[in-house]
Amino acid sequence: MGARATLGGGGEPNPFDGCVTIVGSPFNTPMWNGDYGFLLSNLIQKDFKVRYRNMSLGVLWSLLNPLVTMAALTFVFTKIFPSHRPQFPVFVLCGLVPFNFFTLAWSSGTGSLIDNAALMKRVPIPREIVPIAAVLGNCAHLSIQIGLLLAFTLGFGNGINWHWIWLPVVWGLEIVFVCGLALITSAINVFVRDTRYVVESINTILFWLVPIFYSFDDIPQRYHVVYRFNPVAALVLALRSILLDSTAPRMVLLLQLASSSLFMLVLGLFVFRRLKERFYDYL
Amino acid sequence: MALIEFDRVSKIFAHSGGAKLLRSHLLDRFKRQKRDIFYALQDVSFRLDQGESMAVIGRNGAGKSTLLGLAAGLCKPSEGSVAVRGRVAALLELGSGFHSDLTGLENVRLNASLLGLSRKRTAEALESIIDFSEIRDFIHDPVRTYSSGMIMRLGFSVAVHVDPDILIIDEVLGVGDQRFQAKCFDRIRQFKQAGKTLLFVSHGGDTVRQLCDRAIWLDHGKMLLAGTPAQVLEAYAGPAG
Repeated sequence: MGARATLGGGGEPNPFDGCVTIVGSPFNTPMWNGDYGFLLSNLIQKDFKVRYRNMSLGVLWSLLNPLVTMAALTFVFTKIFPSHRPQFPVFVLCGLVPFNFFTLAWSSGTGSLIDNAALMKRVPIPREIVPIAAVLGNCAHLSIQIGLLLAFTLGFGNGINWHWIWLPVVWGLEIVFVCGLALITSAINVFVRDTRYVVESINTILFWLVPIFYSFDDIPQRYHVVYRFNPVAALVLALRSILLDSTAPRMVLLLQLASSSLFMLVLGLFVFRRLKERFYDYL
Repeated sequence: MALIEFDRVSKIFAHSGGAKLLRSHLLDRFKRQKRDIFYALQDVSFRLDQGESMAVIGRNGAGKSTLLGLAAGLCKPSEGSVAVRGRVAALLELGSGFHSDLTGLENVRLNASLLGLSRKRTAEALESIIDFSEIRDFIHDPVRTYSSGMIMRLGFSVAVHVDPDILIIDEVLGVGDQRFQAKCFDRIRQFKQAGKTLLFVSHGGDTVRQLCDRAIWLDHGKMLLAGTPAQVLEAYAGPAG
């Protein structure tokens, strides 16, 4: 037997029982006391450059994708199932842009630890930074799409109003929410590699469960609760009231969005911290 | 003062590398299979004081990389304790953290931030890093066009500019031409003279004799021998033929 043992019985060695003493390291990050901001910006730039350098159209793809989807949905819901909603393209974009960002950021965040396994096994950087950088790496893409959304809003004759100052707040909360979610699923994905596909499936279902091509008013009262605590849906509703109705988003909605986003981030950091010590053995 | 101290350290891995799919997790739960695990390191103790340099010698799979991973703080030991004091720069494997689609320069910045250099220090050291690597003409080319020797040059250049208290090197110096190797050895010698600590992994040979004060021999996770480089290399060469 010698160097072999079995896991699971009482009194047998547990792979995670030992202790490491690291003198003078914050955040439980052994021996890494570098520049968090610099590292984060480099990781984000890496994602961005790697993504766009291999596309001949580069940033144009970020515009093309939502435009094509918007055109298709507009065709279906004005010609086939006429919805008679004014400014349907803007209405749809208010749903598509947050949804696109959410799904892209969440799935790239979920796979980030595995994609960067080589890095994780070699440099003692704080692990949290990897999924967070993956989520933030999608923000360049997001800001292009927000630009498109605002251009369409103005193009359809809506003016700029004071409530636009809420836009950075609601977008910021969405980013916080995705960071929290990606921390959880990326950590689980290290141990159960199917997690990535579960996330993809949820994203597919979400297209129908976020009010992208229908409005909140169309939803029967008894299902409202499903949408209230869904931050992507909350963001869509907030965007429509700001951009299309020129009204401030409802306070209750903002509070729900804020509380679910912050709760998700705290939960994400907590779960991640519990799991990260075992990453090395599983990557 | 001991900068690195291993006290009866063991590290256990599962043969499967951890159950990775939902199916195997469920099987574990229902069948309560006994997972086959092994000791990558078993009961290894040593201490490395400031200014010392130690070589870890052994065949492939002897546990050398696991030992370096523990020293670099990448994982926790299963048993025993590891204490590390000071800033570590680990040059583990060729161009750790280099991305093939980024240019040499972009990779230098990325790698510097991964190793813990600040934005300011990186900007100051950039010229000196490029000079040391001697590949200034190619610094704006993507790294996928580089030879392995060029990647090693760049990786080594960044690592020595981190100014660590402890430098960990995992047999990367084998790549690269004789002249650049000599330059690296010079740099490591300067580093030693400055009172820094060095942990060096190798299959053996002259490098260990020249650079290290001590050596340990690992085989199947166990420490077979600790002593001067000459003693350990001689014992290691014996059974290996």
